[in-house]
Amino acid sequence: MLEVVVVLVLVLGVFFLFVGAIGLLRFPDFYTRLHATGKCDTLGVGLVILGLLIYHLFYYSDSLLVCVKLFFLILFIFISNPTATYALMKAAYRTGVAPWKLGDERR
Amino acid sequence: MTENEGKGFRMILTFCVMFLFWLLLSGIFDALHLTAGVLCSLIVAVISHDLLVVGKRNKTIVRSFRVLMYIPWELWQIVLANLDVAYRVLHPKMPIDPLIIEFDTTLRSDFALVTLANSITLTPGTITIGIKNGRFWVHAVAKEPAEALTVDGTMQQKVADAYMEW
Repeated sequence: MLEVVVVLVLVLGVFFLFVGAIGLLRFPDFYTRLHATGKCDTLGVGLVILGLLIYHLFYYSDSLLVCVKLFFLILFIFISNPTATYALMKAAYRTGVAPWKLGDERR
Repeated sequence: MTENEGKGFRMILTFCVMFLFWLLLSGIFDALHLTAGVLCSLIVAVISHDLLVVGKRNKTIVRSFRVLMYIPWELWQIVLANLDVAYRVLHPKMPIDPLIIEFDTTLRSDFALVTLANSITLTPGTITIGIKNGRFWVHAVAKEPAEALTVDGTMQQKVADAYMEW
């Protein structure tokens, strides 16, 4: 039963990472590509680590410290990932990367 | 409250947080490691006491609690955002119509601005490009998420509540 939950969470995480990768290939310009990767990678990686956390919590309950470390890993990814996305966005906007408009050619 | 008193409080709080984090990461509780931890936490607390804790003593604890209350709502928004991106990516016609919007907020403290910026980036269809004096530049992937941000303004309200900046 527990394996089912863990696998579900892992599959969901991998699904979002997959969607992020497809978005990176399909979206037309720099900014929209960051929409795909910035959001999907955050939740995708978060869910994968959450799956590992649940697994560890029940199968190796003698080393709870590892679970806490994994939790902090999720926390820091959720803070640093949007910050990195923001830094990329700002750098692109400052250097004058033109945003894609509806009807333009993809670049 | 005088300036010095606030400084002491900030140092003590930073020290406690840093030391707890040391214990967490090391996981070894013998004398050598604990002493090293205390020393390192002290150095960090002395050098960077004004980075982690800002503002008045009586507000800091309440504010941390209110920010914690904000996180579940934010997590739910992240899930919605990912489903939104998944829909737009996997839809054969790719329903996107990007635009850049500007709007002003009443928020001024660094923590509140960073929280709002990261929240905008993680919630459906919007990414922060820049902030200047409480004015936000946001790239939206379509019209509806842009309007949800500017017209509705639930998120600004929630962040303002969390940081008690009305």
